Amino acid sequence: MVPISYYVIVSTVMFVVGLVGVLVRRNFLIILYGIELMLNAANLNLVAFSHHFQAVDGQVLTLFTITIAAGEAAVGLAIIIVLFRKKATTNVDEINSLRW
Amino acid sequence: MPQLLFFFYFGGMAIFSSILTVGLRSPIYCTIALLSTFLHVAGLFILLHAEFIAAIQIIIYAGAVLVLYLFVLMLLNLKTSETFVHKQVWVALFFGIVILGEILLALFRSPLFEEMKTVPSPLPSVGNTEAIGLSLFNQYILQFEMVGIILLGGIIGALVLAKQPRPNPTEKTNGSLPAPPSTEPVEQEASVEVGSIRQND
Repeated sequence: MVPISYYVIVSTVMFVVGLVGVLVRRNFLIILYGIELMLNAANLNLVAFSHHFQAVDGQVLTLFTITIAAGEAAVGLAIIIVLFRKKATTNVDEINSLRW
Repeated sequence: MPQLLFFFYFGGMAIFSSILTVGLRSPIYCTIALLSTFLHVAGLFILLHAEFIAAIQIIIYAGAVLVLYLFVLMLLNLKTSETFVHKQVWVALFFGIVILGEILLALFRSPLFEEMKTVPSPLPSVGNTEAIGLSLFNQYILQFEMVGIILLGGIIGALVLAKQPRPNPTEKTNGSLPAPPSTEPVEQEASVEVGSIRQND
């Protein structure tokens, strides 16, 4: 059996990779991918501790997280489509209409 | 020890393909790398005896969400830009490494860490899906309904946002997203439904 701490380390690295992706990339779509990576790392953490404590609550929470991520993906993609209609770009540097 | 071997394969590939997801230049390749990440995380879930969550991960993430992303990628017809990262990439990488170090330090210092090194006890006798269902529909029924309402809000929000605007001769229309004429009645019907829902609100 694998110790739970290994899973926690893997999920930490995945979370940081997603965070750096959100900070670094300029494409709106890849920023959404970074958010998905962070949510997935959190899911891995939840399932690992659910296994560790022999309680099923972590897996139920993971179900909710997956649902919220799917809703977030739908709304985010709708926003991308609207932005692409208006500006013909997904580069977040060029979307600066709200800047004062 | 085959389980440790599988863990190192799935964990290593999950980390490697997540790095590819944020590091590759073309958005299509990024999507394929994200698909690989999801599949390997599903393998980790199976190693953790969460078979139901692994199936949900594959069906919903790899099956539904990623197909949605790929559809939008094909609709948008993105150009791969020459400069695909911000100028402040080194600052972001530095702070990423700092955050990684902080989380790992907090993890190694935590009193739970010694306990986490111990091998977990074997599984309960009740099946995984059955246990999740019992907990979901007894203890977490209110949260279940709330998530349903959030999904409904997401559907309505996506419809209202991405609805094709009415053709306006003065406005310069963007030809990159043409609506085929066969889907026009369906869209009209959907917009009418959304309008009636908003009126009811």
